[in-house]
Amino acid sequence: MESALIFIVLASILGLYMTWGVGANDVANAMGTSVGSGAITVRKAIIIAAIFEFAGAFLAGGHVTGTIRKGIIDPSFVTTPEILIFGMLAALLGAGIWLMVASYFGWPVSTTHTIVGSLIGFGVVGLGVDAVEWGQVSGILASWLVSPLLGGTIAYLLAQSVRVFILEADSPLEAAKRYGPIYVFMMGVLIALVTVWKGLSHLNIDLTTLQAVAVAIAIGLLTALIGRVLINRVRVDPDADADFHYAGVERVFAPLCVFTACSMAFAHGSNDVANGIGPLAAIVSIAQTGEVTQESVLPIWILLLGGTGIVIGLATMGYRVMRTIGKKITELTPSRGFCAELAAASTVVIASRLGLPVSTTHIIVGAVLGVGFARGIAAIDLRVVFGIVTSWVVTLPIGAGLAAFFFFFFKGLFL
Amino acid sequence: MRSTNPIAALFGKSPFRPMQEHMRVVEECAEEVIPLLEALRDRDHERVLGHKDKIFALEGEADDLKNELRSHLPRSLFMPVDRRDLLDLLNAQDSVADTVQDIAGLVVLRGMEIPGFMSDGLLPYARRVVDAVHKCREVISELDELLELGFRGSETARVEEAIQELSVIETETDDQGMALVGLLFEHQDELNALEVVYWDRLIDLIGDIADYAEDVGDRLRLLIAR
Repeated sequence: MESALIFIVLASILGLYMTWGVGANDVANAMGTSVGSGAITVRKAIIIAAIFEFAGAFLAGGHVTGTIRKGIIDPSFVTTPEILIFGMLAALLGAGIWLMVASYFGWPVSTTHTIVGSLIGFGVVGLGVDAVEWGQVSGILASWLVSPLLGGTIAYLLAQSVRVFILEADSPLEAAKRYGPIYVFMMGVLIALVTVWKGLSHLNIDLTTLQAVAVAIAIGLLTALIGRVLINRVRVDPDADADFHYAGVERVFAPLCVFTACSMAFAHGSNDVANGIGPLAAIVSIAQTGEVTQESVLPIWILLLGGTGIVIGLATMGYRVMRTIGKKITELTPSRGFCAELAAASTVVIASRLGLPVSTTHIIVGAVLGVGFARGIAAIDLRVVFGIVTSWVVTLPIGAGLAAFFFFFFKGLFL
Repeated sequence: MRSTNPIAALFGKSPFRPMQEHMRVVEECAEEVIPLLEALRDRDHERVLGHKDKIFALEGEADDLKNELRSHLPRSLFMPVDRRDLLDLLNAQDSVADTVQDIAGLVVLRGMEIPGFMSDGLLPYARRVVDAVHKCREVISELDELLELGFRGSETARVEEAIQELSVIETETDDQGMALVGLLFEHQDELNALEVVYWDRLIDLIGDIADYAEDVGDRLRLLIAR
């Protein structure tokens, strides 16, 4: 195809920019609760994020990428392949600009919602209203409502269980040591199962259901064992306990938060990297083959590029945002941060396994509210929740408008 | 990039630690009543003035903490307890310090001297009143434990118990106060009319400290009962 290389380079730059933005901003949102609860340091969080965001993007990022690449727009409406390339470029550029504007003003905008809105915008003006897979889109929209609710519900149940089994026990400290590894086990099994069960075909690893379950349980046991070792290393300060009876219990939860931080980074990488590399993958596939195919393998280098973008974002800006969050959130205890993050990670991992592009930030907020309802969190500002919901409603039409505009721009530029 | 991060902004400033800090200052303020009365007994005017100043300073500090706390409690906050109840609790705590200030002011402004017939009963009465404030601070120091459990469950039973003890102390101070007023009227011919009025008022004010301390307990009970 003529100018194929230009398209690929342009798309790679824009895709890298999007994933850089994810690393710079969203990772801090995803892991802010464990940093904010003081359970892990900013430095640890950055190291965990770099490893597990990358792993999540690489191992489990394919499904959401698939949806963004080919699930929102019906390719059979595409008459000239270039049109789809322009559209995808427009979606990336429009989304990138909106995210930059929103960041400048401090609006809590979701990367995921922006890119989905952009794709819809391009689809409508570039290919016609019918080209948009409205069934798929409404499924995604529904998931935006359902996922924070699901995250909130899981968080509520977790927080209740922590209260009943650990905090209300005769010896909360002993109970925390006993039940802590069980929570870690459940988390390890869930995330491993969701990932390996028919999820690694792009690495040519195909496990049967039984094998997948066995691998998941093995990983769960391993994480539980590590958790146990870490918990046993916790030393309780009797003075702190005299002032605040649950200080020791909270200390037990601190190492457990390392696990939830890992899973959150993994979940986030699997879900959010797709925002940048989904359109990129589509452009590469069209530019290389010259035609729009439904079935095409996702090149590994694109997943790697996405993971790298996130890590660069982390290294350049993410740590600063993370540090700010860590300083600002002082009221969250490790046991609460643990429940919220575990619930959010589970929800995101399940959603991305189903190929649903969801907003990690919204799910985190839902999970925090869930913990608040179950056990109470000192003070949650509902104005912020309202602002998040508002920005989410506004983002779709704006993303769509910008993408439509840039579609005509690219079309005029190249055709 | 983002000037206000949504996750960071989501978490408001917790009112519970500042509530405890406020109570600690109020307690310190109330404790000053004892040395103030002791100085009065010793007719040491310098010391009386010194303790009065300290009380006024602590009351001012408590006021600042109260205002600071209030300004961080917008209506949009989602808290485990009712915002109105929490503000009422804060006001009750603050009333303790206000009353102590009234006592210090009255003693200094009116140049009061302890009459002989009251010297035995007054200080034990004041000490018991301060005991009530100690108990009150103990109850408030359980706020973070209550928060950990979401203001329900086993922890509330323990706090209820402490509130009960607080109310027992308050009843004791009521009896002591009544006895002192009785004594005052028995000896009213030894004092001039104004002195009788002021002493009646002072005994009342000292008792008010315990009343407000009990009120703090009652408000906390309401907070839990919700």
